[in-house]
Amino acid sequence: MTAWEDARTPRSAKVTPSSPGPRLQKIWETGPGLKGWISSVDHKEIGKRYIVTAFVFLLLGGIESLVMRLQLSGPNRTLLSPEAYNQLFTMHGVSMIFLYASPVLSGFSNFLWPLLLGSRDMAFPRLNALSYWVYLAAGLFLYAGFVVGRGPDAGWFNYVPYAAREFNPGVNIDVYALGLILLGISTTVGAANFVVTFLRLRAPGMSIDRVPILTWGTLTASVANLLAVPSVSLAFFLLWLDRQFGFHVFDAADGQPLLWQHLFWMFGHPWVYAIVLPAMGMVSDGLPTFCRRPLVGYTPVALSTVATMALGFGVWVHHMFSTGLPDISLSFFSGASLIITIPSAVAVFAWTATIWLGRPVITTAFLFFASMIVLFVIGGVSGVMTGSAPVDWQLTDTYFVVAHLHYVLIGINVFPVVGGAYYWFPKFTGRMLSERLGRWNFWTMFLGFNLGFFPMHLLGLMGMPRRIYTYSAGMGWDTTNLVVTLGAFLFAAGVGLFLINVAVSLKRGRIAPENPWDAPTLEWATASPPPPYNFAVIPTVASRHPLWEHRLNESAGRSCLDEGLLLDHGRETLGTTPLDGEPSLILEMPGDTPAPAILALGLAVLFAGAPLKAWWLAGLGGVICAGALVLWFWPRRVHADEPEAAHG
Amino acid sequence: MAEVTYTGGPLPVAAKGRNSVGWLGVLCLIATEACLFAYLLFSYFYIAIQRGPGWSPEPNPSLAMAGPNTLILLASSVAAWWGEGGAKGGQRTRQLLGLSLAILLGAIFLIVQVFEWKAKTFRPTDGSYGSLYFTITGFHMAHVVVGLAMLIAVTGWSWLGLFQPRRHEPVSNVVVYWHFVDAVWLAVFATFYLAPHLMW
Ligand code: HEM
Repeated sequence: MTAWEDARTPRSAKVTPSSPGPRLQKIWETGPGLKGWISSVDHKEIGKRYIVTAFVFLLLGGIESLVMRLQLSGPNRTLLSPEAYNQLFTMHGVSMIFLYASPVLSGFSNFLWPLLLGSRDMAFPRLNALSYWVYLAAGLFLYAGFVVGRGPDAGWFNYVPYAAREFNPGVNIDVYALGLILLGISTTVGAANFVVTFLRLRAPGMSIDRVPILTWGTLTASVANLLAVPSVSLAFFLLWLDRQFGFHVFDAADGQPLLWQHLFWMFGHPWVYAIVLPAMGMVSDGLPTFCRRPLVGYTPVALSTVATMALGFGVWVHHMFSTGLPDISLSFFSGASLIITIPSAVAVFAWTATIWLGRPVITTAFLFFASMIVLFVIGGVSGVMTGSAPVDWQLTDTYFVVAHLHYVLIGINVFPVVGGAYYWFPKFTGRMLSERLGRWNFWTMFLGFNLGFFPMHLLGLMGMPRRIYTYSAGMGWDTTNLVVTLGAFLFAAGVGLFLINVAVSLKRGRIAPENPWDAPTLEWATASPPPPYNFAVIPTVASRHPLWEHRLNESAGRSCLDEGLLLDHGRETLGTTPLDGEPSLILEMPGDTPAPAILALGLAVLFAGAPLKAWWLAGLGGVICAGALVLWFWPRRVHADEPEAAHG
Repeated sequence: MAEVTYTGGPLPVAAKGRNSVGWLGVLCLIATEACLFAYLLFSYFYIAIQRGPGWSPEPNPSLAMAGPNTLILLASSVAAWWGEGGAKGGQRTRQLLGLSLAILLGAIFLIVQVFEWKAKTFRPTDGSYGSLYFTITGFHMAHVVVGLAMLIAVTGWSWLGLFQPRRHEPVSNVVVYWHFVDAVWLAVFATFYLAPHLMW
């Protein structure tokens, strides 16, 4: 028999302890040692790496903010020079927005998607690995500049002419520019992977009205990223050409500095949704488990998720057609929040109704999810306030905006993420996080956060501007600033408790069963942690809540989890049709390979050469990239060596 | 209760053409790259409108080289399409011939572009028009280079017999990307070479 197969009728089987698990284990297992670690394309491995790395950047960004808060804890402090303060607030913003908030959600989605969808991996496992490695490289790249005192210092939105060479001659801005282009590559390939996975890799029977909301959130974010990321990459590339090669695009004399803001915010509007929608999806999926009932209003919530993005692009168009400057100089976050209120209100009502109509079981994860609703509402109200023009003139560029954006970002990103960590930790690691420590963790974070950030609203109303490195005594800001700093440290201590809980529970946490929370979705139908192949047979899905069917009676049929397609001729999974989830092809998945890591290394070398103008180094990077690509794309003779074993 | 298990017929393995995941992946790539060029052209028109007439150092760009070159690139697309047909039908000679011709024409396009660049009287550092002209055409040339590299790879692999007749998915994916690169050129060409004749 030849190694090439055109079509095959897949066999079905019933799962027993001896079959097909051990066989699949051999096929899907990652090799041992460092080489195996570098070569792994397992979405669960990649997801965990994403989450851990993102948390490292959260901590770095957190430390930066604490140093800023120490400087601002009282008037006329001299801990930081103005230049150091500029670099700190810029790196804080960059770390939080680009290196934490978005990647951490990619991490959750990478780990969870194939499990939620009943598949064995993502559509492009190697691209998935690439997206992680490039993200890591970009993070290290951005921080390399900061460590040697050359961090970006023009704020995370990096307006020209501040960022033009004339006013900012150092290499700082170049590092930022190139680092973000590198990160853009990671975001883009990751996004494409999510889109295709959503369309083709769902379990049979999982029509698009049966997918978990998290996948709607990430899908929406990914589509937005595909369309929007090129804008910011281009902006930074043009800026680099202007700065280093004497181009004139953003030049006031002959080009147009305002173009920067257009390109940046065309990207920025969709991006802010990209860092909240998947987190909202996590709440939409996690909260119902603890309310012991399905989410109220699945369809409106799914639709509002997509509508949010559509509106986001609407705002962007509106900016393009209007005169530009006056609109654009409105604080970005308030503008975004104004628009987001309508679909957001749908989500808020759905969550509240779910709690109201359910029988809530109070766990740490529940507390995080439920408190997110409160923070979301506060952030939303302050958003509407800054969104109205007269108020905005008073408040723009004051601490009111700082308060608002932290309510939005910490409220809608950090709280759901930590809640999600409590919820899915058993799936990630096979152990439960401690609930007792969890309560301490939650209350410290919640109280610390409100103590640290609510008074910022007052500071803003009293006129304290943002991005100032110090202030003089007698402005009436002293006490409030001290309280804010204390709150920030309390919040940080809460995050510390979370990390302690993780460290302790990894070793000593209660061993988790398959479905510790009695949750309804597919990821809970496999072991904790799942085996490398996720599902011994491909599950067949008949409703939105496959594991709750015996109580809900939502649908006529029953999902089938212990009998299904075997697909064991090598690494295989099922491809289904985009809308209805009908089986339509057998996918041969690639094996582990170091090519993605090598490609990322090549890109990193290439990008390291560029700001130094060390063209030989950049060339070397290019050669490494080319080699990695050949290795990557060399046609595989798929399971040519094991046609017999496949039938054994 | 009827348990739903698979009752259908044979399923394609690693399907070809439109049914494959690779195809969708290439469409995603094309979508994001199309946006990239849209932003590039947006930047051009934005500054052009703000600066008004007199901004461009060459209000009537010559079509002497760019015109025929556009036809060459289009012909290359046709050749690639013809070669892809060969891959689908299992006609190896047609496949190799078509793809090789596409590569040849693409390479000619590149070379002519270099002469076109040399013939310009302005440099990228002279002003924002030059910056954008060279950046945008440069971006496009980079895409031509990438497209050529991919065409060369699949042609080489076909030549080595690494693609069996029915496994032409990579060929189709590369060819659609090549069509995209050509389509982008039409937009770039219209922007820099045709629009000025209309605009000022
Ligand atoms: C312990 C937690 C945190 C504290 C104490 C904190 C504090 C601060 C402070 C003091 C500033 C600078 C205000 C200024 O001088 O203008 C700031 C800015 C900012 N923070 Fe945070 N922050 C924290 C967490 C976060 C998180 C988790 C995010 C995002 C997910 C975030 C996003 C931002 C952004 C985007 C800016 C604006 C930076 C800029 O002006 O360019 N922060 N934060």
